[in-house]
Amino acid sequence: MPLAHTLTSVPVTVDQEKCIADKGCTVCVDVCPLDVLAINTEAGTAYMKYDECWYCMPCEADCPTGAVNVSIPYLLR
Amino acid sequence: MTTTQNEDAILEADVLVIGGGTAGPMAAVKAKQANPKLKVVLLEKANVKRSGAISMGMDGLNNAVIPGHATPEQYVKEITIANDGIVNQKTVMAYAQASYDMIQLLDSWGVKFEKDETGDYNVKKVHHLGTYVLPMPEGHHMKKILYRQLKRHRVQVINRYMATRLLTGSNGQVAGAFLLNPRTAETAVIRAKTVILCTGAAGRLGLPSSGYLFGTYENPTNAGDGYAMAYHAGAELSGLECYQINPLIKDYNGPACAYVTGPMGGYTANSKGERFIECDYWSGQMMLEFYRELEGGKGPVFLKMDHLAEETISEIETILHSNERPSRGRFHEGRHTNYRDKMVEMHISEIGFCSGHSASGVWVDEHARTTVPGLYGAGDMASVPHNYMLGAFVYGQIAGEDAAAYCADNALPELDAVQVAQERERVLAPLKRSDGITPYQMEYKIRRMVNDYLQPPKVTRKMEIARERFAEVREDMQYLCASDPHELMRAMETYFILDCAEMAAAASLYRTESRWGLYHYRVDYPETDNDTWFTHVQTIKGEDTMPTCFKRPIDPYIVELDEEEKDSYSKLRINKSAQQ
Repeated sequence: MPLAHTLTSVPVTVDQEKCIADKGCTVCVDVCPLDVLAINTEAGTAYMKYDECWYCMPCEADCPTGAVNVSIPYLLR
Repeated sequence: MTTTQNEDAILEADVLVIGGGTAGPMAAVKAKQANPKLKVVLLEKANVKRSGAISMGMDGLNNAVIPGHATPEQYVKEITIANDGIVNQKTVMAYAQASYDMIQLLDSWGVKFEKDETGDYNVKKVHHLGTYVLPMPEGHHMKKILYRQLKRHRVQVINRYMATRLLTGSNGQVAGAFLLNPRTAETAVIRAKTVILCTGAAGRLGLPSSGYLFGTYENPTNAGDGYAMAYHAGAELSGLECYQINPLIKDYNGPACAYVTGPMGGYTANSKGERFIECDYWSGQMMLEFYRELEGGKGPVFLKMDHLAEETISEIETILHSNERPSRGRFHEGRHTNYRDKMVEMHISEIGFCSGHSASGVWVDEHARTTVPGLYGAGDMASVPHNYMLGAFVYGQIAGEDAAAYCADNALPELDAVQVAQERERVLAPLKRSDGITPYQMEYKIRRMVNDYLQPPKVTRKMEIARERFAEVREDMQYLCASDPHELMRAMETYFILDCAEMAAAASLYRTESRWGLYHYRVDYPETDNDTWFTHVQTIKGEDTMPTCFKRPIDPYIVELDEEEKDSYSKLRINKSAQQ
């Protein structure tokens, strides 16, 4: 059974200007209960890798530079 | 494809606590306090700093038993009645008697509870009979406070490892757990004298009406891990037919929340803005009235606050939009719902298992012991009914202290190499398949079937069909594939979810009566039958590896009920003629 890649719009966005993942920060990745955030090492910023969000907000609340924004997933909005 | 190592790292602990949300940190701290020499390990699938149902805090205690406001006997009565008599009162009493000490302990740790001008706790009435709700307007610091205590007591924390199965010893006692790292797919074994399961609710059992897999009422990381692991280890589970179903904000799927707004004058109303239930405390009976209003032409159901004064509404907003589920303000904004001029549309949640809110859990006694020697349970997943956050703390304490004592008398069980090898093969199999069925598809299908066939009103024929469909999905497990370690974690959770779905069907079919309002409303058996069914229904893993149910008699009550109180939760609907 072959697999397909289906794109989806994700609820967590990261301001590339503000994100300091390139300086070694991983706070949002660390605190996510569902482990859905990751660091793009090439860009040096965090991003939402998996669309599995509980819109619970530790990533946004704990980000030291205010780079993370959680919106309500589209299906619920 | 990720390569995997050939051997498992082997760790050791005296007390292994699985789940670092609410009950878990308390269990670990209390085990360590009981005997500082013990090696206490707290395992967390996420990170203890922000994990579990209270990752963003909690806005209040729902079941505070505070001298001067309530007595333990009163509380035991209240919960016995709310749970239609099916309770092991000793477990509820053990909670109630320790409730006030726990509040004072949390207070000394820096948790801020609402107090009046004299410094007394400002307890509010939400339940039908007694007064137990204590607001925590600044409850968003809860996880930070727990984390500080973990550090102070030198609990060893292991973040980002999930337990996939418990290991058992030659006498059936618990011997440890098999672990998976969801970022690297590394596996490990942790041997332990005792294990305390604190893994929360089975929150990904039903599918939310939004269709979004993770838009659940419970923190969706709680996939029923503890229910499934206890089941496979041979433990008894109880009351699984007494589902958790809650009245929530439609689509957002978070609490509305009646416990915060109720004492301030808000209430649940029908589409005409009329009150239709006398008491907003979450019970099966309340949910049945909610369901009838929704389906009976007077729905949708709303939370009404638009009649309240501006300062009251501002206060409600401050609490609700900064605690527990703080993104709720954003949701309302997106839908242009302002509490001042619009009622908040509500709906019925997906079904789940959760003793924190209803009564479906791994069976524990008043010492938090399961039926497997050395295995404990605390919090949402353990069978003490309506236990909520404070009950999780209290039973975390009870489990931690009892487990510490158990360690003194018991050696570390031998490791069963065959058991470990089989589990290793099961866990890593999906990663070795380059195609097949993804965990998301399989999970969606199971949960959609749960909605179609298991959610109340329960119909015998539908639940039988559910079992056929679940058996087919179980066959498909051989095709379950994961493209990375993260998906492998979801694949293991899919197993948990299927186990829970099969248990939910078995327990619901077994109890051939209706009880707990909507939670177990069986269309083919609409009446409550106390002659046959005034009993616990237990579920264990049968010889055929499928869930098997049996009756466990209810222990004699230690607090007798007054005749006129017995059906007070069955008379929640407002009687129109009496009102006029």
